[in-house]
Amino acid sequence: MFTNAGTSSFTTFLSKVAPEMLPGRRPLPPGMAADMAPHATTIVAISAAGGVVMAGDRRATMGNLIAQRDIEKVHPADAYSLVGIAGTAGIGIELMRLFQVELEHYEKIEGAMLSLDGKANRLASMIRGNLGAAMQGLAVIPLFAGFDLAAKDPARAGRIFSFDVTGGPYEETGYDAIGSGSLFARSALKKRFRAGLSVDDAVRLAVEALYDAADDDTATGGPDLTRRIYPVVMTATAEGTHRLTDAETAAIAEAVVAGRMENPGG
Amino acid sequence: MAMQFYASPEQIMRDRSELARKGIARGRSAVVLSYSGGVLFVAENLSSTLHKVSEIYDRIGFAAVGRYNEFENMRRAGVRMADLNGLSYDRRDVTGLALANAYAQTLGAIFTEQSKPFEVEICVAEVGATPEEDALYRLTYDGSVNDEPGRMAMGGQAEAIAGSLKSQHRPDMSLGEAVRLALAALSSVGGEGGAARTIAANQLEVAVLDRHRVGRTFRRITGAALTALLDGDAAGGAEPVGERAETPTTPTEEAGKPTTSAGSADLEGRRDADTPEA
Repeated sequence: MFTNAGTSSFTTFLSKVAPEMLPGRRPLPPGMAADMAPHATTIVAISAAGGVVMAGDRRATMGNLIAQRDIEKVHPADAYSLVGIAGTAGIGIELMRLFQVELEHYEKIEGAMLSLDGKANRLASMIRGNLGAAMQGLAVIPLFAGFDLAAKDPARAGRIFSFDVTGGPYEETGYDAIGSGSLFARSALKKRFRAGLSVDDAVRLAVEALYDAADDDTATGGPDLTRRIYPVVMTATAEGTHRLTDAETAAIAEAVVAGRMENPGG
Repeated sequence: MAMQFYASPEQIMRDRSELARKGIARGRSAVVLSYSGGVLFVAENLSSTLHKVSEIYDRIGFAAVGRYNEFENMRRAGVRMADLNGLSYDRRDVTGLALANAYAQTLGAIFTEQSKPFEVEICVAEVGATPEEDALYRLTYDGSVNDEPGRMAMGGQAEAIAGSLKSQHRPDMSLGEAVRLALAALSSVGGEGGAARTIAANQLEVAVLDRHRVGRTFRRITGAALTALLDGDAAGGAEPVGERAETPTTPTEEAGKPTTSAGSADLEGRRDADTPEA
């Protein structure tokens, strides 16, 4: 089964040899299960000149409780793209690992990377596979963003894709947010986003938007200055993906908090 | 009535071995050797797209000679097995030894059960923290496995090439020295009357497993970087490998699709802080 000429897709391979390892292939008992597992919350993505920025808060909740204060929900999908997850944390992390292997596997088998649209479509079909569980309250919604190596105009190379529970990738212009605090984060971005932002400005804007989300949504965690837990901020540019160091995000988060001391509305 | 001729098992195995050995000896050679900064693969290959040397996993590389369709089949199987194990356990739990054992089982079964054996010879290389910890496994057409001491040659006139490698190879070589040694060994045979010949840079497929990288260590060396290594300056040469963290692959490479990535770990681009450049 390993030596069949078969497919370049790792998930297709798994569905033949180990289908139990695919989320969405497990039989679930009937009934709602929404409150039994931790939920990951807000992720924002902003396209900037020459790349894209993605940031996520660090909170996971279970009903009214905080399940984890320092969960990491934004990860590199491969060398040029980022994925953030909102929804059921356990399934989301599994899906994200599977997506990373899927991209790396294709690249090793074929000797070339998937196109950015190809990656988004692949992620969409993996979300679609989880539809049954999503209907029982275990939904996972990712946000996908990356640097498009095939883009003709470098200013438009940073692209963002959002998804719904049924798959369906939608390309977003400029910015997008997902998760429980996304309503507030998106409203903040609507007022502050300008096309052609520099990557540094976009990073600041992303942290501001997460602050606004945490301000109005209990499930989103703001910068935790006492425990020194700050949002995860990543960029994807022509140089590849990059995660800002804790010191860098600490400086930005502290500047944002200091600004809000003067003007709580930002 | 058709007459069934008897052939002894020894005879059948001998015939199959001879077929495989002839097939492998007809092809062009490949050498694998460890150097101070990692493990180097050099294969003589006229095609720039049909690879003889490939990445399997973070610290594991693959080189093969013989029939392309047969070793390509083995390579895909290896990538699938490594990715499956890495997903179900952890990335650190994927080892060269496990892969070499799986290949040995598969090649051995094909050799005894199928009417034609695979005409391939495979090297599974795993880069360690030091050259002493590198592991090179040689897999032959009948499923036998050998643990090679830091260098190996396969395909074509492998024995002559291995001889010249053995006398000059040191595990503390720089990348430039290692590439030039590999080229010298490959071109030491195959000329008129068994004499040496010249092999152009565009007929070489060169790749390394870079010891000092975290995450995916496999890198191809092509174009100007390869020519610079082959020309080599007396100072030991500038080492272009491993610079990707600072000067990444440009998006305009070949088909516009670079093949380098290390996405799956958050470690992308990070090098061990305390290890100097090779």
